[in-house]
Amino acid sequence: MSEVTSTVVIGAGHAGLAASHFLTERSIDHVVVERGEVANSWRRERWESLRLLTPNWLSRLPGHAYSGADPDGYMSATEVGDFIADFAVGSQAPVRTGVTVTSVRRTEAGYDVATDQGAIRAGSVVLATGACNRPSVPGLAAGLPASVEQVTAFDYRSPDRLAEGGVLVVGASATGVQLASEIRRSGRPVTLSVGEHTRMPRTYQGRDVLWWMEESGIWGQRYDEVDDLVRARRLPSPQLVGTPERATLDLNALTDLGVDLVGRWSALRDGTALFSGGLRNVFALADLKQQRLLDGFDAWAADGATGERPEPTRAPATSRLQLDLTSGEIGTVVWATGYRPDYSWLDVPVVDGKGQLRHDGGVVDSPGLYALGLPVLRRRKSTFIHGIEDDAREVVDHLAGWLGRS
Amino acid sequence: MTTTESPVADNGVNVQALLDAREVLKGAPEAAQFTWRATSQWQNGVHTQVKVQPFFGLGEEQSHAAEHVFDADHPAVFAAEDNGITPIEYLLVGLSSCLSAGVASVAQNRGIQLRSVEASVEGNHDIRGILGADSDVRNGFNDIKVTFKIDADASQQEIEALVAQSQKRSAVFDALTNPTDVTVEVV
Ligand SMILES: Cc1cc2nc3c(=O)[nH]c(=O)nc-3n(C[C@H](O)[C@H](O)[C@H](O)COP(=O)(O)OP(=O)(O)OC[C@H]3O[C@@H](n4cnc5c(N)ncnc54)[C@H](O)[C@@H]3O)c2cc1C
Repeated sequence: MSEVTSTVVIGAGHAGLAASHFLTERSIDHVVVERGEVANSWRRERWESLRLLTPNWLSRLPGHAYSGADPDGYMSATEVGDFIADFAVGSQAPVRTGVTVTSVRRTEAGYDVATDQGAIRAGSVVLATGACNRPSVPGLAAGLPASVEQVTAFDYRSPDRLAEGGVLVVGASATGVQLASEIRRSGRPVTLSVGEHTRMPRTYQGRDVLWWMEESGIWGQRYDEVDDLVRARRLPSPQLVGTPERATLDLNALTDLGVDLVGRWSALRDGTALFSGGLRNVFALADLKQQRLLDGFDAWAADGATGERPEPTRAPATSRLQLDLTSGEIGTVVWATGYRPDYSWLDVPVVDGKGQLRHDGGVVDSPGLYALGLPVLRRRKSTFIHGIEDDAREVVDHLAGWLGRS
Repeated sequence: MTTTESPVADNGVNVQALLDAREVLKGAPEAAQFTWRATSQWQNGVHTQVKVQPFFGLGEEQSHAAEHVFDADHPAVFAAEDNGITPIEYLLVGLSSCLSAGVASVAQNRGIQLRSVEASVEGNHDIRGILGADSDVRNGFNDIKVTFKIDADASQQEIEALVAQSQKRSAVFDALTNPTDVTVEVV
């Protein structure tokens, strides 16, 4: 006999727990199943030095906010894990840890959720398994010489655990610039392969740049108001790091540290990495986008004030177009090329050819199935911790309507 | 937000057709597979004539309205007859025309009226490579510099954004900045 409930929420990260909060508020019978522990990804899938790039005052979940002494600081991964665990306790979420969902199937009455600890039948299911389950690594990784070690942002822990020698970090979004910086500071030669990226100063006119993102309404922009939603959903994470000095970590800062910038890694030929010669244009695109963003902040503030503008990205006098990976110069390649979700256990045909879930604002293309925590799910801020509240409330509203009807 | 009506820009680019094509081809990747062709005939010395007319796309054979003929040769300083520009200069022809077409299309899409778009392109080339005089010197360009002079109803920042976006979507810029797998056979 399967257990029966109204709703199964899969995943006890902040997204699943926020869904649970609103389900409880509406007295909808549910369970939250989690393969690891609460906030598992913050406990197991982050590197040692990681701090949030969002300031503490922005760390807020429904009915639960940061209450410490340093609202402008940035939490460590352990602190985020504790913050989310406290939220789970406070909202009395019915979480079952150590339960892995192995399949979700559609039935006449709803869904059959198979787990390694038995089956659960439910009228509706909320997929809150995260957007970042696996590192996304380009195909050319398979052809690298065996002498070079490869690590992803999931395996990487700290610079001292890397193999001897130079390090090629691939990808210049938040993860890539943070890892390049800490590996370089540890004394290693670092080359950073840079494709399109999102540049932001840590502070603008004395305030955290994310204060501007939030207060000016950019982050609150709804998915059905965004010009090009496909593009918005693929936007690289901003080059930001959370440090006590509130330092900017853009490519100029990395150049000052002695990191060598090269273009996007476009091919591998006979053990040699070939980089794009289009580096200056990715600088220009990011600089222009940053200008527009700051112009937008000024226009919103409408007080006539303009903050100091960051200098344009300095192009290296010459940037290497190739790097022989068999020469011993590079000991490790660190893939910071993004993350992707894993739906291998989802037996409902709602995943497109690119591995992305087909949904409209979290309402998945299969009645009674919902998602939370995906990029620009309902707003630009959807994947951020503080972005879940509005999304979860609206998705649970829709879900309640669906359960009421069926 | 300004709500003032701005006159509609006309740069002669049918952006709507391009946007429609983008939508259609999203769902029909097969139709998006094009093959561009050229056939060449060696003339004499280092002079070759190249003809371009047919191509393949949208699932069938297509053709330019007319055949286009290009002569490639080398100048007198190469002890050649100079019947046409050098092959490597054709790359500059491709790059500047591709980027300019991109500027016009992006400007059209953004409602920016262009008055003039001039590009000068310089490709620096150490010919010791092709002469085999120094095996450490590559055969191709060391680097290329494109300089745009654009007169348009737009701010300097908007103009820079046009040029950046044009590079982002340029076939020739991509072909020159990234390696391409090339097969050469004899039949
Ligand atoms: C490196 C990194 C840095 C980030 N920094 C910030 C930041 O500074 N600020 C910010 O606001 N956001 C940040 N984010 C974004 C976001 O907050 C995190 O990705 C967050 O973990 C997303 O929460 P979630 O609940 O959607 O997913 P997750 O936290 O990934 O939770 C999903 C849960 O589902 C469980 N699960 C998955 N599959 C199954 C299954 N089959 N059965 C049972 N359980 C399953 C997982 O174990 C996991 O606990 C960052 C993300 C990354 C990757």
